[in-house]
Amino acid sequence: MTASDFVLGFGKAGWGAALLQATLMTLVVALTGYAFGLLVGSLGAWAKIKGGPLLRSIADAYTTVLRGIPDILVIYLFYFGSSAVLTPLARLFGISGFVSLPGFMAGALAIGLVSGAYQTEVMRGAYRAVSVGEIEAAIAASMSGSTMFRRIIAPLVLRHALPGLGNVWQLVLKESALVSVTGLVEILRQAQIGAGSTGQPFTFFFAAGVLYLAISSLSTWLLRRTEARLRLGMGRA
Amino acid sequence: MDIPFLYETLLKLLTGVPLTLQLASSSVGLGAILAVMLALARLSGLRLLIWPASFYVFIFRSTPLLVQIFLIYHGLGQFHAVRASFLWPILREPYWCALIALTLNTAAYACEIVRGALLSVPPGQIEAARACGMSPFTLYRRIVFPLALRHALPGYGNEFILMIKSTALASIITLMEVTGLAAELISESFRAIEILIVAAATYLFINFTITRLVLWAEYTLSADLRPPPVTQRQGGSL
Repeated sequence: MTASDFVLGFGKAGWGAALLQATLMTLVVALTGYAFGLLVGSLGAWAKIKGGPLLRSIADAYTTVLRGIPDILVIYLFYFGSSAVLTPLARLFGISGFVSLPGFMAGALAIGLVSGAYQTEVMRGAYRAVSVGEIEAAIAASMSGSTMFRRIIAPLVLRHALPGLGNVWQLVLKESALVSVTGLVEILRQAQIGAGSTGQPFTFFFAAGVLYLAISSLSTWLLRRTEARLRLGMGRA
Repeated sequence: MDIPFLYETLLKLLTGVPLTLQLASSSVGLGAILAVMLALARLSGLRLLIWPASFYVFIFRSTPLLVQIFLIYHGLGQFHAVRASFLWPILREPYWCALIALTLNTAAYACEIVRGALLSVPPGQIEAARACGMSPFTLYRRIVFPLALRHALPGYGNEFILMIKSTALASIITLMEVTGLAAELISESFRAIEILIVAAATYLFINFTITRLVLWAEYTLSADLRPPPVTQRQGGSL
């Protein structure tokens, strides 16, 4: 056993448990952001496909801007920007000092807003892949709009969108590392804390890298399985 | 809206643009060389070359760039051997660490773009070149690389924009590019929203310009795909 094994161990002086807990936090913040992004993305795709000129140009501006600026700026916007609004508000209630959205909320909102821009494009592409014949058949079977959406469009769009959504998830996972700037104790922040207090930065950042690698490999495997399962109904030429 | 403040902020942030552009273009340039080598290794058909190259791409694409930056900037100093080596004057500078991390990172993504582009070269063209008796070097220089370049250009344009955005992370290891300056201004004035909007606009403008430049390059390089220009003749009877 070398000293570095000990530092990452699960004993009293080990950081193993703390790192695993931080991994959980990474997963939770990434999943929350991703779910929010899915919602925003569906709305964005709907606006781009079915919206009028105004909605469409809003959605276009949204995807262009959010995909054109660094993610860290969006996180700063929610974290510091919210303090610009909340700090004066808190002073009214007699609370002084720096008041901001909690790191978790700022991070999840920022991830959601950024990934929503990518998911908009993924969903839009998937919708266009649904063949006109299937929609016509649904209309011919006199399905109402909502039934058609629930039974025909949503399942088909999801199927076509899955590879793209998987890519966005991998992006979100890596983006979640940026939330560490708000002080939220996820993998990278925990590694920074560990590195600072033990003086072994390489060990800790290496461990962080391995944890991200593990989550990303696991998600790749899960996504591949789901894709294979969903493709059962789609004959391949 | 406080126009003078926004203008003043813009002027301050613009001083960070050269560093942002420099970081992005040097890392994309150096990364391209590495990417071509990695792509050739992956296409070599030799397991001894394919595996390390694939492993490299896998590692660098599945971990966050910020972890890679920290590993190089903070991590390497843990080893006495590194601190004692001749590389230390480079590895302790945040600028070089950011540049190294960005280069290694973009090389992994670009490797896949280059690989796809090399695979897209029609076999007929390569066969024709061989039939003309070209040596492998000439074949690559005259046929494969020019054709692959056209195919890689749109993907590479995207990668360049991604790198512009990635350079923002260099601010976390104290580099004063656009985001670093914005963070500094925020801590001085606490006017986060205005400053961040100006910073976002700066990045958008850079990326917009790059998109146009890439489109222009694509247009110039694809002269063979365009219909020949129609010339109107005087007195036009044929």
